Amino acid sequence: MTIGLGHYLFVAAVLFTLGILGIFLNRKNVIVILMCVELMLLAVNITLVAFSVFQGNIVGQIFAMLVLTVAAAEAAIGLAILVVYFRIRGTIEVEDINAMKG
Amino acid sequence: MLLQALAFYVFGFVVMASAAMVVVSRNPVYSVLFLILAFFNAAALFVLIGAEFIAMILVIVYVGAVAVLFLFVVMMLDINLTELREGFLKYLPVGAMIGIVLLLEILLGLGVIGSNPTTLAGLGKSGSQVLAIDNTRAIGRVLYTQYFYLFQVAGVVLLVAMIGAIVLTLRSRPGVRRQRIGEQLYRPKEDAVTVVKVPTRGGV
Repeated sequence: MTIGLGHYLFVAAVLFTLGILGIFLNRKNVIVILMCVELMLLAVNITLVAFSVFQGNIVGQIFAMLVLTVAAAEAAIGLAILVVYFRIRGTIEVEDINAMKG
Repeated sequence: MLLQALAFYVFGFVVMASAAMVVVSRNPVYSVLFLILAFFNAAALFVLIGAEFIAMILVIVYVGAVAVLFLFVVMMLDINLTELREGFLKYLPVGAMIGIVLLLEILLGLGVIGSNPTTLAGLGKSGSQVLAIDNTRAIGRVLYTQYFYLFQVAGVVLLVAMIGAIVLTLRSRPGVRRQRIGEQLYRPKEDAVTVVKVPTRGGV
């Protein structure tokens, strides 16, 4: 009944998959898509910390901290872009974001 | 050991369930609240595994900053909730299929399931190196010496994000009366005061 590395990796894999599933399912709501990206980054953090602890190497936790930094910066910039976009267009539906014809 | 396993299963289940609720919840406000729950339980998992510093940073950064930022934006934007839910069922079969395939691939690749003994073998919890000193001290010893430049680059990333967010959202609205202190201070005496010669018994 010992909790091993595989248990943590399983939780991380499920979280990552749920994040990707959320991006697929919520094709309209940009806020939920950003939240799903945060979930995926959380899954990556769990994987990094689990490997770090089970291998006895602290570098994984430092890398998890850097991932956390980038996640915070990404959320700030993404939500700022979202606010500006909503101010201009009055909607946040993904399908309406086609001004660049990409 | 049994208690630890029980705690892991509880926290892990709540993490996965609340992540699923983030995806399927109808109201974005509920999504953010379930995201906060997921972050708290992930922090509890980190405490359980022995990475206390990352757990506390996770609570501070994710719950204290990122999730509150999401909550602000969700409540600030006046969005139509019913329109945003359209297409959920349309994408469900494809999304579920891709999700299941991806999950199986990740689990097989990591060796969590299946008969792949090479990857995870020999990775018992060899915590002697980590547990000799406490977690925060161990991180600090490596972070401020070996990874010092990376640490500073992380600071620069945060600075750029802060400046970018301010530049993006700052706008000058027309028609707002502001105090212009420089103009007030540099106004010459002639503009402000006029000396009127009042005739006697005449009034102004």
